[in-house]
Amino acid sequence: MNQVIGSQSISFGVSPYLISSGSVVGSKESEGPLAKLFDMASQDDLFGAKTWEEAESNMQKEACILALGKAHIPPEKVRYLFGGDLLRQGIATSMGIEALQIPMFGLFGACSTSGEALALGAMCVAAGYGDYMLAVTSSHFGSAEKEFRFPLGYASQRPLSAHWTVTGSGAFLVGTEKSHIRISGVTIGKIVDYGLKDSQNMGACMAPAAVDTIMQNFKDFGRKAEDYDRIVTGDLGYVGQDILFDLIKKKGSDIRTMHLDCGMTIFDQKTQDTHAGGSGCGCAAVTLAAYVLPKIKKGEWKRVLFVPTGALMSTVSFNEGASVPGIAHAIVLEHC
Amino acid sequence: MDYLKAFLIGGIICAVVQIFMDRTKLMPGRIMVLLVCVGAVLGFCKIYEPFVKFAGSGASVPLLGFGNVLWKGVKEAVDKNGFLGIFMGGLEASAIGISAALIFGYLASFIFEPRMKK
Repeated sequence: MNQVIGSQSISFGVSPYLISSGSVVGSKESEGPLAKLFDMASQDDLFGAKTWEEAESNMQKEACILALGKAHIPPEKVRYLFGGDLLRQGIATSMGIEALQIPMFGLFGACSTSGEALALGAMCVAAGYGDYMLAVTSSHFGSAEKEFRFPLGYASQRPLSAHWTVTGSGAFLVGTEKSHIRISGVTIGKIVDYGLKDSQNMGACMAPAAVDTIMQNFKDFGRKAEDYDRIVTGDLGYVGQDILFDLIKKKGSDIRTMHLDCGMTIFDQKTQDTHAGGSGCGCAAVTLAAYVLPKIKKGEWKRVLFVPTGALMSTVSFNEGASVPGIAHAIVLEHC
Repeated sequence: MDYLKAFLIGGIICAVVQIFMDRTKLMPGRIMVLLVCVGAVLGFCKIYEPFVKFAGSGASVPLLGFGNVLWKGVKEAVDKNGFLGIFMGGLEASAIGISAALIFGYLASFIFEPRMKK
């Protein structure tokens, strides 16, 4: 059957399964609303390492081991690993999963990396290139602040519009082995840039990309918003969500009743002083693993559109006055 | 009384800056540069020296005072050495402030470890 549908999507003839997942988070996440759902929550944000970067690598390794352990699959059986993070040259991923010795593809999708990695893993399984694939991503508050803003030792004040980078890593085992969650299709996003330059307002920069991919998903699959029990974005935050609803309404759809944003779910804005909400690759990944997948597994949500967004800028591009382009990848997850 | 004046004036300057931080989209780095420039301009307008005499450390410690110190240093060097004074005066006058910041920061890095923000 023709799996290629519409202009950006794939509807898998034989769905790959999302077999297991692993979620590892730091101290702030372990004090939030989802605290009890994560597989591992550390009070030591250094995870036994000497630097934030090494800590993030440790988190990725732990998340992968947890995902593999739950499925009783050793690393040797995993054909390819797709992973990425926010740091320059993707060092958190490379150094983190090195020990697993799985052939890997290093990715950069900013905060949409979990969607990108899942899509590629699912595509590889569906194409018959392997029985097991791992998709992993992470972010860490300490390493992200050093990368994009100021090192923690500088003790700078953060503006109220800033997002709080989630310290967390999510790993997903995708394969041919049957489970209660299948990946029935993907919609790969293209870059959407409305010319916004405000890196303090990530939600506004990324919302147009989310709208574009969601609407394309509806078009390619011939679906409406009501066909999904939930539409889950990564880290649009409170400001981005408003813009998302507005823009989608203009395109003739209304997703207010089924929308869920990971960044708004993972932290309690009132008690945790997290300003605009959680963000980072780890935000969508751990929320998917700990909060969304169990509900799909139980059958509480039968069909979910997981569409994390990314802001594809760098510190250099921002300093040179370029705008912030956004991207969003959509994964269709179904209970089976 | 001197202490009270210094405390109040310094505090007011910091409070005004905090309002800039909270209410505008200005990045912290830009605000600091603004402070230094304003201090230099106020020094040129002969407003800042009398202000320092009045408020003591409250006026000289904040970055506004640093701008004034830069201005004073350049002015004295130009008076003494002509055109070359533009290059000579600034760093020389602010050497104490800059060195202190570097040295104390470095010492602090031996004693303290950066921790996660809460």
